[in-house]
Amino acid sequence: MTADLQVRPPGRTASAPRTRRRRITPPWWFILPALLLFTFVVLVPSARGVYYAFTDWDGLDPDFAVIGLRNFTDMLDDGDALQAVWHTLLIAVAITVIQNGIGLLLALGVNSLIKTRNFLRVLLFAPAVITPIVTAYLWRNLLGPDGAVNSLLGAVGLDSWRQDWLGDPDLALWMIVLVVVWQFAGYSMVIFLAGLQSIPREIYEAAAIDGTGALRRFWSIVRPLLAPAITINLMLSIIGGIKLFDQVYALTGGGPGHATDTISTLIYKDAFTLGEFGYSIALAVVLTIIVAIVSAGQYSVLSRNEKAAS
Amino acid sequence: MNRYTKRTLALEMLMIAVGIVFAFPVYVLVNLAVRQPSDTSSPIRPTTSPTLGNFTGAWREAGLGGALINSVLVTVVSVFIVLAVSALAAYPLARSTARWSRGTFLLIMLGLILPFQLASLPLYQTVRDLGLLGSVWSLVLFYAGLQVPFTTFLYVGFLRALPRDFEDAASIDGASQLATFRYVVLPMLKPITVTALVLNAVAVWNDFFTPLLYLSGSDQQTVPVAVAGFVGQFVSDWNLIFAALLISIIPVLAVYLALQRSIINGFAGGLKG
Repeated sequence: MTADLQVRPPGRTASAPRTRRRRITPPWWFILPALLLFTFVVLVPSARGVYYAFTDWDGLDPDFAVIGLRNFTDMLDDGDALQAVWHTLLIAVAITVIQNGIGLLLALGVNSLIKTRNFLRVLLFAPAVITPIVTAYLWRNLLGPDGAVNSLLGAVGLDSWRQDWLGDPDLALWMIVLVVVWQFAGYSMVIFLAGLQSIPREIYEAAAIDGTGALRRFWSIVRPLLAPAITINLMLSIIGGIKLFDQVYALTGGGPGHATDTISTLIYKDAFTLGEFGYSIALAVVLTIIVAIVSAGQYSVLSRNEKAAS
Repeated sequence: MNRYTKRTLALEMLMIAVGIVFAFPVYVLVNLAVRQPSDTSSPIRPTTSPTLGNFTGAWREAGLGGALINSVLVTVVSVFIVLAVSALAAYPLARSTARWSRGTFLLIMLGLILPFQLASLPLYQTVRDLGLLGSVWSLVLFYAGLQVPFTTFLYVGFLRALPRDFEDAASIDGASQLATFRYVVLPMLKPITVTALVLNAVAVWNDFFTPLLYLSGSDQQTVPVAVAGFVGQFVSDWNLIFAALLISIIPVLAVYLALQRSIINGFAGGLKG
């Protein structure tokens, strides 16, 4: 490995003036502190996790057996686990589509000449800095039988819509999506806004003078130039959606029944309430594989689009 | 299109309406937090005889004082460590084209994909064996390592776009490599450091899963865990719970309002990184 190092103490390379401008390579040991922390906290535990996924360890007993793929084959017979994978994907896709749709509309709205634009930017982004577990508890009350959402519906004469929003297995999942979108639409907005503001006004005005309609202007000029912002936003929201834990834990705890259990909530329950550590880690491995596939797929599709657009 | 027209006014009205919808949950939060427990009127009706009693009750019962101190301590120390080690590592990673450099960079970037659930369960055993369960230092250690990939990613991307002439000049002038980093490279990294600081601080402050694992059953808490424990204890006493929620978000909102421009630019800054 040392043969690869291009580190030479400064001042001793005068005998090899290969290039006219000397390039100084920083010392390799600068990476050591970060690498050690990363290895100890992320790399080694993750590798150990992958190993435990093939065992029946309960998290305490030092005697445990390697059981091959049984945790994974058990998963295929475990209706709750399959449901959780489905919920995870559904939540991630729904959040990605709705949050970015709303975020983009908000960005277009505050990127206009309206007088309240600066105030609205600060207001709409504010939920994104609040602790997710706190916003989730707030919404658990708002969506409850006697909560503010029902009061509001009653106040505008929609009494028949009043219900226990989180208690209905068909609705609860969508309420989780609603809470996440409320919290992070402003985050998407801020990233879209940075993209919009990097578009030179002249391009836009030239098109307007040429008589191009607003929709066409958006599709042909704004959308291609917005490609980097779209890439970042889609990556952030879909990966955040797949890993979602806090909001589910606080809003429904995975219930009613298992109607809103995601991979993350099952990992927690299996490890810490059921003591099925090996199985829980196997679920985490499945989560990792899903994140890796989605990231790789999304990265290749979007970077191709970005190239095509530029 | 540079004039304020009727259509701009219509858009202004629409956007204000959207703003009210977004702010509505926070209105209810404040409204119920200042309400007497005896007042059972509709949660959307403004409270007529407000009280601050819920706040003193929540503060006493939820142990929020200690939790706030722990959260500040964990956030400040771990973010400082992660920024320092990541900036230092990013310097050779961005500048060297040697195989060890590219290999290490890819290895660290692997951490962007690994979900923290995979590492945090086995690490739970290590933390327990080290006797650090229930100690906030286990969290500092965890975040300092967990946030390395993302922070290094930001720094390397930013550094690669910077010219290296200043560093070369400083080295030729005889500055040591550590001095070159400290006095030449680090000042140039200031814009991306603001971004990394904001994103890491928010991520660490708001994290719930890790302290839930590592601190549960101990008297040491961070704000999110203290809030969750409080909600579990006072299940339906929502006036008290809302007061606790409000206390927990006031420091965050105060910092946000004071530094709004840097914070919003920080979040948007990931775009250029």
